[in-house]
Amino acid sequence: MAEILKYQPDVIIEKEGFDDHFHEHHEGDKYQSNFLSTYLFSMDHKIIARQFLITGIFWAIVGAAMSLVFRMQLGFPEESMAWIKPLLGKWIEIDPDGVGTLSPDFYYALVTMHGTIIVFFVLTAGLSGTFSNFLIPLQLGARDMASPFLNMLSYWFFFLASVVMFISLFVSTGPFAGGWTAYPPLSALPQASSGSGAGMTLWVVSLVFFVVSVLLGGINYITTVLNLRTKGMSMWRMPLTIWAFFITAVIGLLSFPVLVSGFLMLTMDRALGTSFFLSDIYIAGQALDYAGGSPILYQHLFWFLGHPEVYIIILPAMGIVSEVMSVHARKPIFGYRAMVYSILAIAFLSFIVWAHHMFMAGVNPFISNFFVLFTLIIAVPSAVKVFNWIATLYKGNLRLNTPMLFAIGFVSMFISGGLTGIFLGNSAIDIVMHDNYFVVAHFHIVMGVAAFFGMFAGVYHWFPKMFGRFMNETIGKIHFWGTLIGAYAIFWPMHYMGMAGVPRRYYRFDVFDTFRHFDTMNKFITIAAILVFAVSLLFVINFFYSIYKGKKVEDQNPWQANTLEWSTPIHPVHGNWPGKIPSVHRWSYDYNKDEREYIPQYVPMTPEEAPENH
Amino acid sequence: MSTVTIKPRNRYKIHPQKFALWSAMASIIMMFAALTSAFIVRKAAGNWLEFELPSIFYVSTFVILLSSIIMHGSYLAYKRGKAAIYRWGLVLTFLLGITFVVMQYSGWTSLYEIGVELNGNPSGSFFYIISGLHAAHVLGGIAVLFVAISHAFGLSFKISDKRLLRFELSLHYWHFVDFLWIYLLIFLLIQ
Repeated sequence: MAEILKYQPDVIIEKEGFDDHFHEHHEGDKYQSNFLSTYLFSMDHKIIARQFLITGIFWAIVGAAMSLVFRMQLGFPEESMAWIKPLLGKWIEIDPDGVGTLSPDFYYALVTMHGTIIVFFVLTAGLSGTFSNFLIPLQLGARDMASPFLNMLSYWFFFLASVVMFISLFVSTGPFAGGWTAYPPLSALPQASSGSGAGMTLWVVSLVFFVVSVLLGGINYITTVLNLRTKGMSMWRMPLTIWAFFITAVIGLLSFPVLVSGFLMLTMDRALGTSFFLSDIYIAGQALDYAGGSPILYQHLFWFLGHPEVYIIILPAMGIVSEVMSVHARKPIFGYRAMVYSILAIAFLSFIVWAHHMFMAGVNPFISNFFVLFTLIIAVPSAVKVFNWIATLYKGNLRLNTPMLFAIGFVSMFISGGLTGIFLGNSAIDIVMHDNYFVVAHFHIVMGVAAFFGMFAGVYHWFPKMFGRFMNETIGKIHFWGTLIGAYAIFWPMHYMGMAGVPRRYYRFDVFDTFRHFDTMNKFITIAAILVFAVSLLFVINFFYSIYKGKKVEDQNPWQANTLEWSTPIHPVHGNWPGKIPSVHRWSYDYNKDEREYIPQYVPMTPEEAPENH
Repeated sequence: MSTVTIKPRNRYKIHPQKFALWSAMASIIMMFAALTSAFIVRKAAGNWLEFELPSIFYVSTFVILLSSIIMHGSYLAYKRGKAAIYRWGLVLTFLLGITFVVMQYSGWTSLYEIGVELNGNPSGSFFYIISGLHAAHVLGGIAVLFVAISHAFGLSFKISDKRLLRFELSLHYWHFVDFLWIYLLIFLLIQ
């Protein structure tokens, strides 16, 4: 093992860097002149990133707490829930004996909100919003985003979406309860269920704000990556994190507007009496006027976003894992170009597989064949990535610290969840497997838990850069092992339940003879979920405690990483670099090359290595 | 406005803000692609009301095309330092833009009079939602033109990089909503 090298980024950048005369204009003073413009309405990408992260953590707690309530209903349907009445109010009905039961309507609302919150607010805004904002300018050597103002708007639209969704939890008819996919007719007819009225209106308003936020952010990310790279930072020298965020933003930019069109038509059906998605409907024996619409049409529009959305969630996690893994394995990432091409392939394929969510919804079985084919082809780039991660670990000098453990855990989860995707991608198997716990287990592992692992890896890894302090390692490791074991304990048994045909979204199973024998398993899953929630709270405590009391970062580059964010001061100023911006001379994965343990990107090539070109 | 100052470094082939605008256009195109493909799918399912477009829609197409040409003329005049043509060209563009929206509205009312209702056959609903969403984007463009006019008349005439960029951004967007309408009209006609 080579000795630990020390570079002096400030000196090197002063000598080799690129002078863009940024600090001659005193923009720093204008941007951060008082408390409001520094911490609240900030246009600094580093503050905006932290705003996204903390809002995401808030929503993660809310979303996960909801899952605990419905897990308790599923695991212990006979137990009284009266103790939670102070929190849920009228949704807990107490009978004369004092036994409290969860209202079935609210059970569906909880399931719906859990999905909406985790998918959109936590794993889209919380994950890609946080890390795209934080890392794109820092790792590219840019002063800030292309348009800091739009970037600020992006956060505040997300905030607005959050507020509206939060309000919807408290309206008297309850939040929307028709599933996070909001299929019509439940979502299109205000009289269809109690959550379909005001709850659904607020849901759709909130998500439109959310899409605006994603688009403003995405336009900024793409523009910044293509236009504001520092001198020498060619596309093929970008860290894989940036590639992932860039492609994620492209996917979002092309798929979210389609969802908006769907929502627009849905809103017209709800408010103006059009029949885009409705036809021949009776409610309470009363025939409605709607004629000629098709609910399948909505599903097409929804899943045209919905499927790319799962890659919007998982690609940033993949990018973070690639970077974290390479740094802590002290090895170049294996197959850098293959990694980039597989991201591109996944992005392209993500647009032509959406109907695999609809095999059983009445699409033409012959058309399904194409979707089966393309869905299964996604396994190829995914497998390339998994192979490359494992090959990166092979014979590396692994530092098994918390970020690395979460990165490795990500690969484990991605394999486990990815394999079941191959089952579900077949339309014939889907006849048996659709809408049951096998599906629930599949997508929770592959895009829920795996994406959370990528996010945790990123938070532990970049926490020193965000707050100038470290998170506690011991608590971090407890968090990792508790989450890894707990998540498998929750979702592994669900595969068996699914294969036995247990349908998802049911309120209770103990009343069915067929499913009653899963009682113990349901109890086990619920207890595991409570434990995982408990260790997640440890993470939250660790996070906020470490912001103020964590071990201080003494070294500018605590992980000995190559990327440019570690060449900024420990507490980066506005504009990120106090003087010149670094110029880039090599790719970001020169670990253990030419007897040197690591070589940051801003270090010029020596005469011997100059002819070589990464 | 509040953008990180971009120094004239020749490494950029395109100004970042212009690129951002083009990305936004891609996203708007996807919105309309969703509606038009839904249109195709729904039409193929049958039970589809066929109707003639009122001729005012052809007039409005001519109006918005003309406004685009005039705005381009105003842009060229600005670059050549002809202040009067630049200023009044923008005003004319603005008025034609408003005329377009008014004509679309009267087109919708005449459609309504021949029995194509918003909440009737989806064929009509699709026409209203597509042309309505387009008109909303034109309104955005009119707001931009309003700002451009207030600059043209409020500020003293000066050819600067910053103002040229702003003009180009507004011009590209206005051309975009123009071509978007022509595409939509052709789509609606051949479908």
